[in-house]
Amino acid sequence: MLTKRIIPCLDIKDGRTVKGVNFIDLRDAGDPVELAELYAKSGADELVFLDITATEQKRKTLAEMVRKVAEKVNIPFTVGGGISSVEDVDILLKNGADKVSVNSSAVKRPELINELSAKFGSQCITVAIDAKQVNGEWLVHLVGGKVPTDLNLFQWAKEMEERGAGEILFTSMNNDGTKTGFANEALAVLSSALKIPIIASGGAGNMQHFTDVFLKGKADAALAASVFHFKEIEIKDLKEELRRNGIEVRL
Amino acid sequence: MNNKFQKTSSTSDSYRDGGNKGGIVIVDYGAGNIQSIKFAIKRLGFDAVLSSDTEEIKAADKVIFPGVGEAGSAMKMLKSTGLDKVIPELKQPVLGICLGMQLMCRHSEEGDTEGLGIFHADVVKFNNGLKVPQIGWNRIYDLKSNLFDGIKEQEFVYLVHSYYVPECAETIASTEYGVEYTTAIQKDNFYGVQFHPEKSSDAGEKILENFLKAPNPEKKE
Repeated sequence: MLTKRIIPCLDIKDGRTVKGVNFIDLRDAGDPVELAELYAKSGADELVFLDITATEQKRKTLAEMVRKVAEKVNIPFTVGGGISSVEDVDILLKNGADKVSVNSSAVKRPELINELSAKFGSQCITVAIDAKQVNGEWLVHLVGGKVPTDLNLFQWAKEMEERGAGEILFTSMNNDGTKTGFANEALAVLSSALKIPIIASGGAGNMQHFTDVFLKGKADAALAASVFHFKEIEIKDLKEELRRNGIEVRL
Repeated sequence: MNNKFQKTSSTSDSYRDGGNKGGIVIVDYGAGNIQSIKFAIKRLGFDAVLSSDTEEIKAADKVIFPGVGEAGSAMKMLKSTGLDKVIPELKQPVLGICLGMQLMCRHSEEGDTEGLGIFHADVVKFNNGLKVPQIGWNRIYDLKSNLFDGIKEQEFVYLVHSYYVPECAETIASTEYGVEYTTAIQKDNFYGVQFHPEKSSDAGEKILENFLKAPNPEKKE
């Protein structure tokens, strides 16, 4: 049986990991390669690198980082942040990224997803969606949740699936940073409505939240950052707990 | 054994970038993430070259045939370079990965594509109500080949695919995803794996190493 995936997310700036990483056993907590290797050894199923660099040098620096990670790490990883063209994706995949994640560029120009899936295959195209529940409706937001759009989360996700997305990474802006659990109700609706896998993000605070996101939220994978970076939750402990709760994991 | 492809003048090509001592060639026929395979081979202490040159591929000690994108367009690329004729005639160990393995079958439902016809199987789409593509870690079992030396039954491997090869006489490993299907297949010197050994953690690297160490009956000792 296919297992549920646990995915640590690393923020990257100028080729370095930023904020929220507190590993005393790392020689260099800012080195994405060292951190990725450590996560791979500790049982992470995949990694996501989210690049928040805003400079001109971005593309080159990111490609170099991707190459270094790919040389060392033997689990799959996704790269996201500011990807807006076929060329962007080509560079990242050629340097060894397994998947890319596209967010606001898909909102600005939805055809991009058709182009990317036609050229590279759906399996490596993840569409990231940040959404917030406003007056009962889940609306897609841009710029890390700051700018609302009039797109409905579920309709937008469906459209992305139809255009060739291989996976949806849904971050609930209502839950993100709260450590009160994932947006399980919305996740369950999304997971039932779509045929492609759903990665849940936003709200992880304890191990029960992960059990809930798989059993109630029906997510295929769960992504989190700070609970892993600050060692509040060890991935191995988490997976043992999930297995005790009847959830299939890789251990 | 009848050797149609004597290693002659082209041998030097596979050694052209120096350290390619094992003569491992990864067939390069388009876009996609094939660097990861090269990196994984390097982590194992071997070197590999990427090549689309038919002579270089024929002269290799081991050939890795990765998968890229969609079956129909991948077959078109193989035909345009003549690789569709070269690959089925290879005598050295050949490993197809993911779509590479699927293209080595007779036919794929994806784009109604005629394959290389090496394996006696036809590729079909998952149609059982489960999420497609299957993305993530699943178990392999009923392991039947030296490809899996040192690998335990029910080991986890990383898979990303929407189409699958049903179980058949050539199946050497199975996986369950709504249906029990082929995750590894072998006929003579041809091996295929549906999973990504280069992304399947330590177990995947061990499987890749087993392939790289497989004897090459064509090699003149």
